[in-house]
Formats: sequence, structure tokens, C-alpha cells
Amino acid sequence: MKAAAFAYARATSVANALDLLAAHGDRAKVLSGGQSLMPAMNLRLISPELIVDIGELTELRGITVRGDVLVIGALTRHVELLKSPDIAAHAPLLVDAVAHVAHPAIRNRGTLGGSLAHADPASELPACMLALDATIIVRGPGGERRIAAEEFFTGIYETALAPQELLVAIELPVAKKGSVHFFHEFARRHGDYAIAGLAAQASIDGGRFAGLRLGFFAVGDRPLLANAATRLTGVEVSAAVLTEACAALDAELDPQEDQQASPEMRRHLARVLLKRGVAALLGRPELGAGATT
Amino acid sequence: MPISLQVNGERVEANVLPRVNLADFLREHLKLTGTHVGCEHGVCGACTVRVNGEIVRSCLMLAVQTNGTSVETIEGISDSGEIADLQAAFRDRNALQCGFCTPGMLMAAQDLLQQKREPGRDEIREHLSGNYCRCTGYQAIIDAVESTARARMGRTP
Repeated sequence: MKAAAFAYARATSVANALDLLAAHGDRAKVLSGGQSLMPAMNLRLISPELIVDIGELTELRGITVRGDVLVIGALTRHVELLKSPDIAAHAPLLVDAVAHVAHPAIRNRGTLGGSLAHADPASELPACMLALDATIIVRGPGGERRIAAEEFFTGIYETALAPQELLVAIELPVAKKGSVHFFHEFARRHGDYAIAGLAAQASIDGGRFAGLRLGFFAVGDRPLLANAATRLTGVEVSAAVLTEACAALDAELDPQEDQQASPEMRRHLARVLLKRGVAALLGRPELGAGATT
Repeated sequence: MPISLQVNGERVEANVLPRVNLADFLREHLKLTGTHVGCEHGVCGACTVRVNGEIVRSCLMLAVQTNGTSVETIEGISDSGEIADLQAAFRDRNALQCGFCTPGMLMAAQDLLQQKREPGRDEIREHLSGNYCRCTGYQAIIDAVESTARARMGRTP
């Protein structure tokens, strides 16, 4: 199908975009890469009255390192994350994750800010933001707000972003020396929506997790930073400890049913991901061996 | 909305409604019907074109967003001879039957061959994973791209 008619405004600055959003509120939609918004409009799932195109706001582009913080502009495209030496050096988890996002032609247009603001629970990047302890920077009529990734995602396609606000950038702590990451998702076909996935970032000291952040996706109405990680931190991880952590994870999950999988299947896959992830992060394949239950 | 862009090297000035996507603009306004419209929500890849040298889904881009850009369609890269060898390989290998997906396949395949001189079969598969073909079963398409890469390296296919 084709999108319903709408009015179109090409924002000339962030201030101009905010003025437009302030005037039109939730009747307006921000167009960044359009790779989620355009399908939804073509399918007539949404019919905004006004499209505010922020595509030409170069101030929202770019990847910079400021001390031990990595700042990524909202309009940074997936392909730019994939090819950036700064991302490869300081947030390699994102490189692994982006390779799973759709297909090259989509990654040439889709943006980080767009993906986060869209907040599809099956999407890779929101879970990465949890794993990487990101801060999401938004600007609105009242100035700038800094929102922890854990507070940002509030439900299916729902975020802490108000209709008058614009997501402008994200900040990530630079990956420390000796930190490790893991990314895996189950999908019917590479590039399809994940059935269940895990983005994890960890630091290891003496064979134990000194820090562990587990960002699960497609297993609930929003990405989940699993508390089960606390059971694995600072202790010698044995098969029994891992089994306990799996049980703790199971209690945190609230998977949805859809045409791809039942809640039980998603719970199963989340446990498999946890075992395989922990085994890979610790470099102890025996922990993930036979991780089918 | 007035827009001004390059299409296959020629300057185009047009007035379009905001709701018109790039695929429909190319097909209906410019009569460049080599760009096909399949799913209209970014899944099938039949509408793949180049904008500023990068492949995109023309059904997921508004015509107004192409203001100031350079767009290349299958007509452009076919007429210039850029992909003559790839097209010949598709024909030789029976990598098309009905031909609906072919313009998008060629666009995506050429994009890969520009980025990587000799991709493996898995890389070809991965790069074309966003393009549906309902006739060939894909094997012949992979064969055609692989043999084109080899031929461009100066090897026998």
C-alpha cells in the first residue's frame, strides 16, 4: 500500500525541529532514516498529519570520543556504526549487533536514534544500549534531558521520549581494557526479526565476572537488563551456579506470543543464550556445551 | 514540493506530493519502470536503487528526501555498461526466470562486488539476503555473482 497523505517539513535546525514538534505534538512524526516509519506508514498502521524530516541536520551526525565517553549522534546510520574505527575500538558489541540488523540497503538508511526512538522490542540496538550502560540525550522545549537506557524503554514502541522531544545523541562509557562482549540472536533467517537475542558486556578479573550486563531482546515488551547477572558476578561460575542464574532469568521474563514463537520457546531460547553467552565470555566452552535445556 | 536531483546523470526538476515514495516517483513520474515495486514495506528488495552511490529501498524513501542527491536506477547502470558482465552471467547461469527481482538483485550484487573483489558464497548470500526471488531458488544467482567476481579478477569462471 501507499502512505496516506501528510504535510512535510524539512527541519533546518534542531531548534526548528523542536518548534515544529511543540506546535504539532503527537500529530507529528519525526523522520530520520525512515526504515521503520515508512513501512508503518505504507501499511497504514500510522498516518501522521505532519512529517518532520530531520535528515539534513548534520549537527546530529557523527561519532566522537570525549575522554572516556563515546558520543554517537542520533542520525548516525547503521552502516556508519559498522565501519567506524571508533566504534570497533570502544564499543565492539555494536559492530556485532549491527551485522544482524536487517540487510545492507536498510542499514544504509536506518539510524541509531531512529531505532531507539522506535523501540521495537525485537530490535538489537536498544538491548545493546542496556548492555553498554548508555545515556540517551533528548532535547525538548525545556532544554536537554539525560535518560539512562534502563529508564528509556517503557513498552512496545514506547519510550520515555515526549512528543515534543527529539532524541539527539547517545553517550557510552568507552569499553575498558580487558572487557569482553557477546552478541547472538535466533532468527528464522539472517536479517529477520529476532525470536530471542542477547547483547552482553562484561569485565573479567581472575576468571570471574567483575561486571556483567545482560541485555535480552525479543523476550518481552521491552529490552531487559537481566538481574540474573548478579548471581554470576564475583563468584566462581560452575554449572550449578549457571543453572541457578537460568532459573532467576526465567522468573524475570514475560515473553510474548506471536507467529514466530510461543512464550515457552522464548524462555527456552533465553536460557540457551545465557548459557552460551556466559561460556563464550568466560572462554569456558564446557559451560555452554549441551546448552539445549 | 519542488525537488531537484540527478537521475542517471541527468538533472531532474519536479514537483511532488510529500507522500510519493522514490519508487513511485521513478516509475510514474519519470517512467523508469525497471525499478520494481513488490512489497512496499522494505522486505522484498525489488525496488533497490542507488542514492549517492549507496543501495537503498526506494519504497522506504520519500521522493522529497532525494532533493539534492544523485539517484541511479537499473536503467542507468545497465545503459552505462557498468554491469554488462553481471547481466551476461545472470543470463548464462539461468539466474532469472520471471525477472521481477532481477533489477534489485543486480543492484545488490553490484554493490557487493564494488565493496569486495572476491566475496565467498556465504558473503554473497548474506549481501543478497534482503532480496527475494521466487523462481530460481537462489543457487543460480549466487553462481552468477561468484563467476562475475572471478572473471573481474581475471580468472576463468
